[in-house]
Amino acid sequence: MSDDTTRADTRILTPFNVIAGSIILVGLVLTVLRFTKGIGAVTNLDDNNPWGLWIGFDLLCGVALAAGGYVTSATCYIFGLKRFHSAVRPAILTAFLGYALVVFALNFDVGRPWRLPYPIFFSPGTTSLLYEVGLCVFLYLMVLLIEYSPAALEWLGFRKIRNIIVRLTLVLTIFGVVLSTLHQSSLGALFMIAPSKLHPLWYSGYLPVYFFVSSIFAGMSMVIFEGSLAHRYLHHKMDETHLAESEGVALGFAKAAAFVMMGYVGIKVIGLAIDNNWHYLATGWGAWFLVELIGFVALPAFAYALAARERNLRLARWAAIWSVLGLVLNRLNISLVAFNWHLPSAERYFPSWMEIAISVFIVTVGIVVYRFISTHMPILYEHPDYRHEH
Amino acid sequence: MDSIYYTLQDFMLHSKNITYIVMGIVLIALPLFWRFLSGRDEKKRTY
Repeated sequence: MSDDTTRADTRILTPFNVIAGSIILVGLVLTVLRFTKGIGAVTNLDDNNPWGLWIGFDLLCGVALAAGGYVTSATCYIFGLKRFHSAVRPAILTAFLGYALVVFALNFDVGRPWRLPYPIFFSPGTTSLLYEVGLCVFLYLMVLLIEYSPAALEWLGFRKIRNIIVRLTLVLTIFGVVLSTLHQSSLGALFMIAPSKLHPLWYSGYLPVYFFVSSIFAGMSMVIFEGSLAHRYLHHKMDETHLAESEGVALGFAKAAAFVMMGYVGIKVIGLAIDNNWHYLATGWGAWFLVELIGFVALPAFAYALAARERNLRLARWAAIWSVLGLVLNRLNISLVAFNWHLPSAERYFPSWMEIAISVFIVTVGIVVYRFISTHMPILYEHPDYRHEH
Repeated sequence: MDSIYYTLQDFMLHSKNITYIVMGIVLIALPLFWRFLSGRDEKKRTY
């Protein structure tokens, strides 16, 4: 690791800081507007469309793309594939920040942040899927905080607590996988309450399965995508182990993601068959459905497969971006595009610029925090005092 | 595809027939895809 970039980072007016600072400034102004003037002042939501971009993108995509945490830690600690070890900390950090931002974003949508603990501690609706999602996200955020904390504790020099937490790794991983299985699928199950609102091509009794399976390859794709970004912008922070293992991690996940994605295509077609929805494929909605399923799942899966066969790292990284976009498209289709599909276009929802700006603000906060943590704490390298302890 | 089903039995019979055929295709296609994926992996020595 060199200190060149660390020195460069001391400049305040870098292009990154200026752009990120401007976005955060606009976001803060809009945040004040949202919490003083109400949700109607900043969104295009109405009684037909009570869930908009903040749920469709910030929450559904955020949770799915944060799945890299449980996928990578399960790969390493449950399946024992230690060659993926160097990917665990970046993946856990991404997952932790992803979930923290999901909760942060949820406050914009539901308002009154001081009442956020109520559904968990004061009035639990134990028959509600939303309660289950809320409880799982709450518990999993705690698990991710504990899983991430050894990096912060190494940085702060708290050796004793760090050693105790490291011993809990396997238990936390199992807990994380159980919680993720529950709430990733439940997020899909939320839409099963609206069979008349969601287009039949996207509505299925198997929505929970689709959401869970797609979160697996979305998580892997995010690990590859984030690894390629770290290589480009934080290369100087990576130690020899990370540099040596990164290609194997990307190609290993490319191979796994290709297989899971093809399985996903298979179960989506089975879903079409069991509901006998073939005739919808000949409509405009059908074309859009096929764009999503073939253009953004089957084709990137094939690209992943070629990348894994030919050991083509560049192709694997492009396929990762492609797959992440596919996941985002799927979640937006289910929550916004194919939702209320029968309504006249005048009554359809399109997010206001302020909703989009707040989503961009939240993503930017995530990038800034990730950048701060990964440049200060041992995320992309092993702390010299704890080397070879894993 | 556009046939009218007068009973749930008719509908289930039709859709399940197609579903089982699709499942069969998937069960054959996925192992083939796995062979394609792993086609160039180094062979593991088992002796």
